[in-house]
Amino acid sequence: MSLQFAAKLAGRKFDAEIEVGAGERVAILGHNGSGKSTLLNILAGTLRPDSGVATLDGKRLFELGARRRYWSPPHTRGIALLAQDPLLFPHLRVIDNVAFGPRVSGSTRTAAYAKAEKWLDEVGVAEFAGRKPSQLSGGQAQRVAIARALAAEPKLLLLDEPMAALDVSVAPLLRRVLGRVLKEQAAMVVTHDLLDALLLSERIIVMDQGKVAESGATDEVLRHPRTRFTARIAGLNLIRGDYADGSVIDGRGLAVEGSVRDGEAPTAGSRAAAVFSPAAVSIFLEPPGGSPRNNLRVTIAELEPRGDLVRVRSDDHRGHFISADITLRSVAGLDLYPGREVTYSIKAAEVTIYAI
Amino acid sequence: MRTPQTRSYSGVPRWVYLPAGVGVLLVVLPLVAMMVRLDWSRFGELITSQSSFEAFRLSLQTSFASMLICLVLGVPLAMVLARGSFPGQQLVRSVVLLPLVLPPVVGGIALLYTFGRRGLLAPVMNVFGVSIAFSTAAVVLAQTFVALPFLVVSLEGTLRTVGQRYEVVAATLGATPSTVLRKITLPLVLPGLASAAVLSFARALGEFGATITFAGSMQGITRTMPLEIYLQSVSDPDAAIALSLVLVVVAVLVTVVTAKIAERSMV
Repeated sequence: MSLQFAAKLAGRKFDAEIEVGAGERVAILGHNGSGKSTLLNILAGTLRPDSGVATLDGKRLFELGARRRYWSPPHTRGIALLAQDPLLFPHLRVIDNVAFGPRVSGSTRTAAYAKAEKWLDEVGVAEFAGRKPSQLSGGQAQRVAIARALAAEPKLLLLDEPMAALDVSVAPLLRRVLGRVLKEQAAMVVTHDLLDALLLSERIIVMDQGKVAESGATDEVLRHPRTRFTARIAGLNLIRGDYADGSVIDGRGLAVEGSVRDGEAPTAGSRAAAVFSPAAVSIFLEPPGGSPRNNLRVTIAELEPRGDLVRVRSDDHRGHFISADITLRSVAGLDLYPGREVTYSIKAAEVTIYAI
Repeated sequence: MRTPQTRSYSGVPRWVYLPAGVGVLLVVLPLVAMMVRLDWSRFGELITSQSSFEAFRLSLQTSFASMLICLVLGVPLAMVLARGSFPGQQLVRSVVLLPLVLPPVVGGIALLYTFGRRGLLAPVMNVFGVSIAFSTAAVVLAQTFVALPFLVVSLEGTLRTVGQRYEVVAATLGATPSTVLRKITLPLVLPGLASAAVLSFARALGEFGATITFAGSMQGITRTMPLEIYLQSVSDPDAAIALSLVLVVVAVLVTVVTAKIAERSMV
């Protein structure tokens, strides 16, 4: 999937330009009213901008300028929308809901239902095929909605805060389902949740007041946020690698031990991410003993004062820059300065491991 | 199963029950009076007379035809009013709803000067050799005229309640507008559509003023139940009462059916 998009809509103070390369999954972050939903609605074709032009995989979606007035209707775009609310068609059984997309795009009945069964199985709700949507829980319904969106084989799937309306206890499971099924799917996910951005995107677009405030590779934006909004939710340390025995081990030999909080543990050898806050990192001049800790020898790269705290960014000599937040007093007491070698220590209990 | 009565705070002052009760009496008392006055021994004979039977048959046939025309014209009209956006939409809505507040006899006059022998469309109709006024077709037309807004108002409300969110989802899944209408919109509004149709049928069944003005009162051709009852109330009051009671039963049936449909759509 490749997308070129530019649109202006004065009524909503929306003026954004976005370009997404082939195979990139994009997360869109921003405050309420920052223009995220406007962007999705214009893309889906349910809201018409004053002017702009967009192409998806070389096919024109719209071109609204002084000379050309072209606007393709939603059903011709190949862009599916998954909202907070599952919005399953209440008069159709689960399986009919999922088969809807293939059916209306011309698949035979047999092929459509085979596809529907496959996707229901993929998201783990195959046993509910014969039920009516009113007989499902919120999490089950949202999984059916995911299956329905994917069965339509959209060129681009838009997800508008897909986890926001769900119970906190259900969200992790759904997040894992999405992480799995979206691997091969071009997708754009609007979210407030940093974790969704981490797990479901390679690229982040931060919107603010109808404009793109920041855009870049997910890891990069989260580590070095340029806007205050991203900085507030970002700045987490993130190590991606393979899971083995309670730890995430990345290709360069860094192992971080943590705990799996959300649902079942990743299987040995599968992809996983270890996430921990800079506040969970303590700094020692010599490696400490005691409770199970991750100890890393690092070299301080920079010190950045943030109010009462100082963010210490260090290089672990394996290509990672890891942040620690410590008090001004500790910085003075430990005599920290760029270039000094110290030990980062993170309690395993402060590290959360997610399957990705 | 009956839901148990709850004793939660209702906020209704006690004195409100008095005018409310008077309201109920205003509706019930005349019905009771009619039943008291009726000569039950002649009931069977009265409602099965030739003229009564023909009026009843005509009423059912023309009301059913009116309902069908209301569906064919009213469903698109309600959709355009609820979903579309075009200049003068508010004006169109007001005009379509006009027969709701217009005295039916005025509607009858208006129809007469449109489709009548010297009406606006007479030259066109003469070319095709059609004559409508004072025919069964005129009855259907008059009933449709007064019943259409009932269906439109009721269905437009249902369409707005159901909302467009499912339709948007269906469109993003690749469904053309016609497919969305057939597979999503119509099934979703079906209960509302059914009760709107029943409502328009009931309104057509009760039409008097427009029918008598535009279609006249010819036995077997244009004399529907309300016209027959009016006629009989002068010559044979007992027959008028008996026929009225038949219409009351039909009205009760319509109310029950509509309520049942509404109840089922809540599930």
